[in-house]
Amino acid sequence: MSQRHLLALFNNFEDAEAAIYELRAANIKGFNFDDLTLKSPIEHHEVENILGQRSAKVQWFTLAGALMGGLLGFFLISGAQANFYAQMKGGKPIVPLPPNFVLTFEMFVLGGVFISVLGFLICAGLPARRSPLYSAKVSEDQIGILVKADEPAMAKIKGVFLNHGVLEIQEEAGK
Amino acid sequence: MKDIREDIAWAKINKDVLGSLENPRKLYWVILFCAFAAFGVGIGCEVYQYQTGLGVANLNNPHAWGLYISTFIFWIGMSHSGTLLSAILHLMHADWRKPIYRFAEAMTTFSLMTAGLFVMVHIGRLWQFYYSLPYPDERGIWPNFQSPLLWDAMAIFTYLSSSILFLYVGMIPDLAICRDNMHEGWRKKLYTLLSLGWEGTDRQWRNFRVTYLTIACFLIPLAVSVHSIVAADFAMSQQPGWHVTSFPPYFVAGALYSGCSGIITLFIILRYVFKFEEYMTLSILKKIVRLTFAIAMVWTYLNAVEFASVWYSSDQASKDILIQKATGTYAPFWWGMIFCGSIVPLTLAFKRAQTSIPMLFAVSLLLNLGMWLERWMIIAPTFSHGYYPWTWDHDQWPSLVQWGMVFGSFGWFTMLFMVFCKVFPSVSMYEVKEMVYHRSLHLKKSETAEQGAP
Repeated sequence: MSQRHLLALFNNFEDAEAAIYELRAANIKGFNFDDLTLKSPIEHHEVENILGQRSAKVQWFTLAGALMGGLLGFFLISGAQANFYAQMKGGKPIVPLPPNFVLTFEMFVLGGVFISVLGFLICAGLPARRSPLYSAKVSEDQIGILVKADEPAMAKIKGVFLNHGVLEIQEEAGK
Repeated sequence: MKDIREDIAWAKINKDVLGSLENPRKLYWVILFCAFAAFGVGIGCEVYQYQTGLGVANLNNPHAWGLYISTFIFWIGMSHSGTLLSAILHLMHADWRKPIYRFAEAMTTFSLMTAGLFVMVHIGRLWQFYYSLPYPDERGIWPNFQSPLLWDAMAIFTYLSSSILFLYVGMIPDLAICRDNMHEGWRKKLYTLLSLGWEGTDRQWRNFRVTYLTIACFLIPLAVSVHSIVAADFAMSQQPGWHVTSFPPYFVAGALYSGCSGIITLFIILRYVFKFEEYMTLSILKKIVRLTFAIAMVWTYLNAVEFASVWYSSDQASKDILIQKATGTYAPFWWGMIFCGSIVPLTLAFKRAQTSIPMLFAVSLLLNLGMWLERWMIIAPTFSHGYYPWTWDHDQWPSLVQWGMVFGSFGWFTMLFMVFCKVFPSVSMYEVKEMVYHRSLHLKKSETAEQGAP
């Protein structure tokens, strides 16, 4: 069955929140609640209460990046210092740990930050083409609810939105 | 006095901040012109020095570093403002930072870019900068990884690149606002490209929040490490006056101090030039002023610790330098440092001074003068009065070329900063909206509670 997209714009978060609660409770056939996306001009922490916990995995990228950066830094420096086996070191250690810690720390941070940003782009799905259903009002002061559902379910979904004071509904055929 | 009005319409926030990208006050152009002129002076001095030789800077033994490295440390110090306002206050949930952290982050980035120039300039032969990079020479010899100078290069690179990413990531939602509201043209193309297709979906916000917090957590120890390493450039040497254990915290406190003073100066300028009176409020200014006062007192205390530890250390050479600073050729500058850094901030303790813009502007400039003098007074006296009397030179004065380059660096920084503020939103629109939203919610709740109370 063909699926369609629909974007509903609300004046405030409370109206959008109420509409989402009703959509979830309505259990409409042909509409999967996980296909609902909320678009907002600011971050609403309350979203997680409505949509359920959707995990962010950026921290795993951070951990991997920081460890890789630290290890890479330490072994690069130690490898370069190991060249000094050929040279006189006057009894000093070939690989001195305390000073190497400084550069290892810097590489740890560098790896952590760079890979976190990479992780952010991957997890947030960026860069992305702008979806066909978008309103500049979402970046200003309105809340948008984007849903994907089977065509017969659309009428009921629209009904729910209209019950909660929707300002505008944009509709387009899904891909 | 409120940090911000709770009833500002979100559309107005967009309009006001986007307006700053198009219609600043005339003073903006005057500042930009002066910055270009000052930068031109710096370029002229560098070209002259490059073609003639480092001798024209009067940079000769024993004064190997002169004003160049003093100013390098000054600009590294300025860079701590962004980390303080953005990262530390973000972790502490101090929401009053929201209207002002963006320009503080930009300060961080541009201060580091300015500081980096001095590392190259003081070498004279610019291309030899690569000796400080972890790259072996033609004989396969690597740089000395035990040298704080190499740590410095790595720390500054890490700090600069992380700060740029922090600034950029935090700006993505605002770039999307710019994309949605700009007319067709180069700006629209730029914002479309940089906003990466941001639409403010719950998935994007969720990952954005975690990333921003993560980078903030990394930036705090990184900023401390950067200035500790700069301190290690001195403290790990055996030079009298530099081999002091308290140098790393002293440098970090000094950096936060000059960063805060820089924020006050630029706060006042941006507030007027971009008509941000509604967002950069006097209440927020008061909070920064109090923070600056507290840091000034920490810096004063650490100064006293340094003097005391030298005085009672039985290290005669270090003691001689301290006496030299207070009574010798550099005495006016050293006492100037004490006056500007420890006495002038006492005015900030008075309530009336905390919201008087002309006074704060003057005080912030004096504080930064004191902080610049501090860096010069760390470097020059030790070079002029080392362990060997036959190397002493108390009268070697920096040439006009050095002064010109220092002057030029302020032009370069101001130019970059002002261009940034004209191209990118210097007030974070989405964070100001968050601030307004949460404060209005809080207000509603307290009103409801009051009505419900018997």
